Amino acid sequence: MEWFRKNKERLVRQEKKTIPDGIWTKCTSCGEIVYGRELERLLWVCPACHYHFQIRYNQYIALLLDDGKLDEFDASLSSVDPLHFEDRISYPERISKTQQKTGINDAIICGIGRIDGRTISFGVMDFSFIGGSMGSVVGEKVARAIERSLDRRIPLVLISCSGGARMQEGIYSLMQMAKTCVLLAELREAKIPYISVLTNPTTGGVTASFASLGDVIVAEPQALVGFAGPRVIRQTIRQELPEGFQSSEFIRDHGFLDIIAPRAELRKTLSLLLEYMCGPQAGIHQSLKEGPAT
Amino acid sequence: MNTGLYIDFEKPVIELEKRIDEMRELATDENLELGREIRLLEHKLKKLREETFSRLTRWQRIQLARHPLRPYAAEYIELMTTDYIALHGDRAFADDRALIGGFAKLDELPVMVIGQQKGRTTKEKLAHNFGMCHPEGYRKALRLMRLAARFGRPILILIDTPGAFPGIGAEERGQAEAIARNIRDMAQLETPIVVVVIGEGASGGALGVGIGDRVLMLENSWYSVIGPEACAAILWKDHPNPVEKAPDAAEALRPTAQDVKEFGIIDDVLAEPLGGAHRDPETQALTIKKAVLARFQELSALPVVELIRQRHEKYRKMGKFSE
Ligand SMILES: [Zn+2]
Repeated sequence: MEWFRKNKERLVRQEKKTIPDGIWTKCTSCGEIVYGRELERLLWVCPACHYHFQIRYNQYIALLLDDGKLDEFDASLSSVDPLHFEDRISYPERISKTQQKTGINDAIICGIGRIDGRTISFGVMDFSFIGGSMGSVVGEKVARAIERSLDRRIPLVLISCSGGARMQEGIYSLMQMAKTCVLLAELREAKIPYISVLTNPTTGGVTASFASLGDVIVAEPQALVGFAGPRVIRQTIRQELPEGFQSSEFIRDHGFLDIIAPRAELRKTLSLLLEYMCGPQAGIHQSLKEGPAT
Repeated sequence: MNTGLYIDFEKPVIELEKRIDEMRELATDENLELGREIRLLEHKLKKLREETFSRLTRWQRIQLARHPLRPYAAEYIELMTTDYIALHGDRAFADDRALIGGFAKLDELPVMVIGQQKGRTTKEKLAHNFGMCHPEGYRKALRLMRLAARFGRPILILIDTPGAFPGIGAEERGQAEAIARNIRDMAQLETPIVVVVIGEGASGGALGVGIGDRVLMLENSWYSVIGPEACAAILWKDHPNPVEKAPDAAEALRPTAQDVKEFGIIDDVLAEPLGGAHRDPETQALTIKKAVLARFQELSALPVVELIRQRHEKYRKMGKFSE
């Protein structure tokens, strides 16, 4: 069915927007005042404390992919309301308002792009869409991104940013964890590399599914990464949480993360990892026979 | 049966049962008058039971799923199987008692049975951590499931959890990774898996042992992405006591066995005795055993490659969206 899905593609190219000089931002972490252009030049990382501001999907596309370009697939997928979920506003209304506000149809953008010339299946989540929550659309788009990796034998890179499952879709949301993990089992068997990138925050159902299953897992510094949210944990155990609990650094030190890459080094890190995991698999004997270049 | 443990809406039924029991003790062969009154009350009881239990709200079903007398995994294992031999430990960190399991025989069929165990007394509850697994629980489950697959034994999983434990140690030891890995690796297990939700199926805590070729739910069990209290806390965050809104959240989430069956997520709903599983655990155990054996029979006809293909296809299809 790949040919069929392909005609849904849409080109996403990110133009650099210029921020006027006068606009400044106060760092959420240390309070430092940073001017807009300066912050943009620093890839939205605080010069004083290296806090990584949350950025949007298009900024990651611009940052990571060759020519800042993604051939988007499945852009038309949109949520329905299978539970007729009753909230303060109806779920369909919430969805359409969020779509208007964010300019995207759901919390993940997927497609085909390149990093240093290497074609990859790429997906990036956007927290501004209902907290990057995973419902049927996110699950389906991740599933199709994995299938594109399988069909074309190209590596998979997913940038996660999510508060967890989307409550308004009930059990359907929960089953997206199953759907994505079952497909990752196939990717693993096919020996196609998958790099999972965790950004601030990655929690709940996304952490407890595809985000934790990368062959290599990379995170931005100081990102909140965990299963349960800190508030829930504090309420359950009724004690204060240790300093730095559930940060990227914390989960790396406990063995669940390979690399912490500052935003400025993320592209280089991904490129090098892809080089190691892709390409001709000559095997160790072949490499040794050829010997070092003289 | 009256142990003083009941939920509010059961009260009139329990009280009437108690009254009938007391009258029976007084009744003798000579006292015909009393006998007639007992028969009248029994008739009234039958009607009252039907009125109370035949049209339960979602919240009432959730209350039954959490009933203090509801049979837990260990009781079903005891009632359904023979020669059960419990196995322990994840071979990495600890033995998580929130999850029990081992080899057992369902009639003559050797199986691996795994269950989330809540615990009845305060001491048992603490020992089993109220059925809330740590990562070592999920890893123990995966170890037992791989063991079963290696020796060609089908797997029966009994789900009953208010959630994966949210705590410091659980996060330190990779709660999310343990659940994710279980889901992925259960997809590949080369043996039939039947899952039965016997009580509470709360979110990732349930799904971490929830991938199966057939998934069944007891009539008064629930399965959803979030529990009604946590959902209420999000939806009614300005409410002075959002827990009061849990019944409304239960309606919104549609988490009952009937709902989840209607959504096409599970395969079947297993009937409970009128009033809930706790009113007749033996009958309930028999119902589960029969259903599970029938599913294993059905699945055993499939070659392993086909079994796994169908398992993948089933989860691949889950979700509702427009395009
Ligand atoms: Zn700062």
